[in-house]
Amino acid sequence: MPRVLLIEDDPSIREGVGLGLRRRGHDVSSAETGEEGLALMGGFRPELVLLDLMLPGINGVQVCRRIRETSQVPIIMLTARGDDFDIVVGLEAGADDYIVKPARTEVIEARIKAVLRRLSDPVGSRPGVEHHGELTIDRAGLSVAKNGERVPLAPSEIKLLLHLSASPEQVFSRQQLLEYVWDHSYHADARLVDACVRRLRTKVENPDASPRYIQTVRGFGYRFGPL
Amino acid sequence: MRRIAPLGLRTRLIAAFLLVAAISAVTTAALTYQQARNAILKQTQDTAISTLRDQVEQQEFRLPLDQQEVQRIVIELGKRGKPHPWIIFGEYGSVRVSTNPGTPTSSVITDDLRQKVRSHDYTAFQRVEDQRGNPWLTVGVPAFIEHNGSAEATGAVFYASVPLSTEKQTVEAMVDAAKQGAVPGLAIAIVPALLAARSVLRPVRDMRRAAQNLGRGHLDTRIEVRGADELAGLARTFNETARALEQSVRELQDAEVRARRFASDVSHELRTPLAGMLAVTEVLDEDAERLDADTAKALRLVSAETGKLAVLVEDLMEISRFDARAAELNLDDVDIAEAVRKTLERRHWVDDRVVTELPDRVRARLDPRRFDVILANLVGNALRHGGAPVRVTVRTAPGEHGERLLIDVADSGPGIAPEVLPHIFDRFFKADAARTRSAGSGLGLAITLENVRLHGGTLLAANGPTGGAVFTLDMPLEAHA
Repeated sequence: MPRVLLIEDDPSIREGVGLGLRRRGHDVSSAETGEEGLALMGGFRPELVLLDLMLPGINGVQVCRRIRETSQVPIIMLTARGDDFDIVVGLEAGADDYIVKPARTEVIEARIKAVLRRLSDPVGSRPGVEHHGELTIDRAGLSVAKNGERVPLAPSEIKLLLHLSASPEQVFSRQQLLEYVWDHSYHADARLVDACVRRLRTKVENPDASPRYIQTVRGFGYRFGPL
Repeated sequence: MRRIAPLGLRTRLIAAFLLVAAISAVTTAALTYQQARNAILKQTQDTAISTLRDQVEQQEFRLPLDQQEVQRIVIELGKRGKPHPWIIFGEYGSVRVSTNPGTPTSSVITDDLRQKVRSHDYTAFQRVEDQRGNPWLTVGVPAFIEHNGSAEATGAVFYASVPLSTEKQTVEAMVDAAKQGAVPGLAIAIVPALLAARSVLRPVRDMRRAAQNLGRGHLDTRIEVRGADELAGLARTFNETARALEQSVRELQDAEVRARRFASDVSHELRTPLAGMLAVTEVLDEDAERLDADTAKALRLVSAETGKLAVLVEDLMEISRFDARAAELNLDDVDIAEAVRKTLERRHWVDDRVVTELPDRVRARLDPRRFDVILANLVGNALRHGGAPVRVTVRTAPGEHGERLLIDVADSGPGIAPEVLPHIFDRFFKADAARTRSAGSGLGLAITLENVRLHGGTLLAANGPTGGAVFTLDMPLEAHA
């Protein structure tokens, strides 16, 4: 069962969520502050981080950025609906998904599983390496290189790229991508997709040209190519 | 009957001014005319009468009076006409002579005048007009002679007819002057009328503008107070009223903001412990089976109520965000039929309890999460309070500002009671007086309505022709954030 690092300042949530997840067999390590959480990253080596956005000291968004500097571990933010701005900022900082508090343990676990499943589910039935322009996509190895140089991608980013590039030039609506990539039930937050596309573009597109790989189709969604 | 449009203040003020000016001009002219005319005529009259009387008195009558003697006197009198030359007629018995040899009798001396002079043996006069409309003054003087120290009537009467055309001209000239003076006078009166109208109208216009501003919500609107007249007093009153209004509105707003913040803060504060509680409800439910019946019951109760409380707090948060106008639309392009189908699938309303009528290939721009909440609330409400089958009809129609999306959700229940209908979207409104808690938070329809409004749409509740309740949603096919 996965090792989960829970960074949450409120003791009742920390204990409640920790208790609920442990009962479901997760190996949970808790931290009260962002600093403490970052310190645990090295020793505990979590496979997933549950991160509260509203933290004393350095806040969740900053913690998220700091983690992303060195690691592509899946990050799920714990937010309260209404902190809309924070959600977008957190997603821009590199979070893969978010959960609105209060949430039942089954919901939290479903999100954890969905994020982790992305890394083990092979997309499409075409193993091996594909070349798309400057990009080299290794579907089996779940890695992407640009001009031979490996691009570090967070789980949601690689999943999205694999999904789009599996059907080049096919348009996917945001709602479809949320279903396929995030495993969200329909009508989830389309901003997840938009934020992920923006992060992906900064990593694979040329900064001074219009997007080439992940193109926006106004009024419909996104597609890969045509190159 | 067409009503005459009401005249403006300016028009009425100017009309009043002109009316006053006209009345004073006409009155002044009329009085002046009358006075002057009387004075002019009286002067002429008096001069003529006294002159004739004196002349007649001074005559030496040589009796017996005969035609020659009368003729002599007539000619004598004719020379001394005052103030104008006159024509003298002498009448004695059957003798008729005049200064005009051609006309021994006058055409302007009336029998009336003759009668007066003869019956009283006294001077009389009359103003008459001849056939051509020329005015004449006619004077009759009886002739007396001294006899034994007393005056005795001779029976002779001398008449003078004095033309009054000069006086008539003078009076006519005066009337003309009055007339000619009145028109420019009236024209000049317009100037002060306009000035007065302006001095009244400007503050009135200012006040109107200020009142409009006040109505638009600019409660800091004030009027510049000029002078110390009634209008300035009105402006002062207006300013005081506006100030009082601003103050009470600000107090109300502050109170409202406090109340909202309180609701929002309470919900926030509740959310944190609830997040901890909700995370462990599963543990309670699982372990309850292994405990004694009472404890199990208690644990399940706590677990179930925690779940409900979480929903209630979430709905409260949602409402307080609408109240604080902090709710935002996250728009996306969706296929409307697919969106409706997915909403029903998520809630497992896929059997024949819900019947749909969906258009193909209609794309809408809306907030998918909020749209899901809207539809789920309406259908859930219809199933809970109305009854299956619930019919969801989606169609589009052209509207004033582009295409509209129209959705009807009709149930097969008894419909909504008329006394409930106006309150159906109220928060925590309970249709039955028992105030039992329903399955929902009591905020479902209020949130639904707010979500619809956020999309720029309307939501109506009514009873359909067949008896069930019908909720009609009308919103733009392309919402704008």
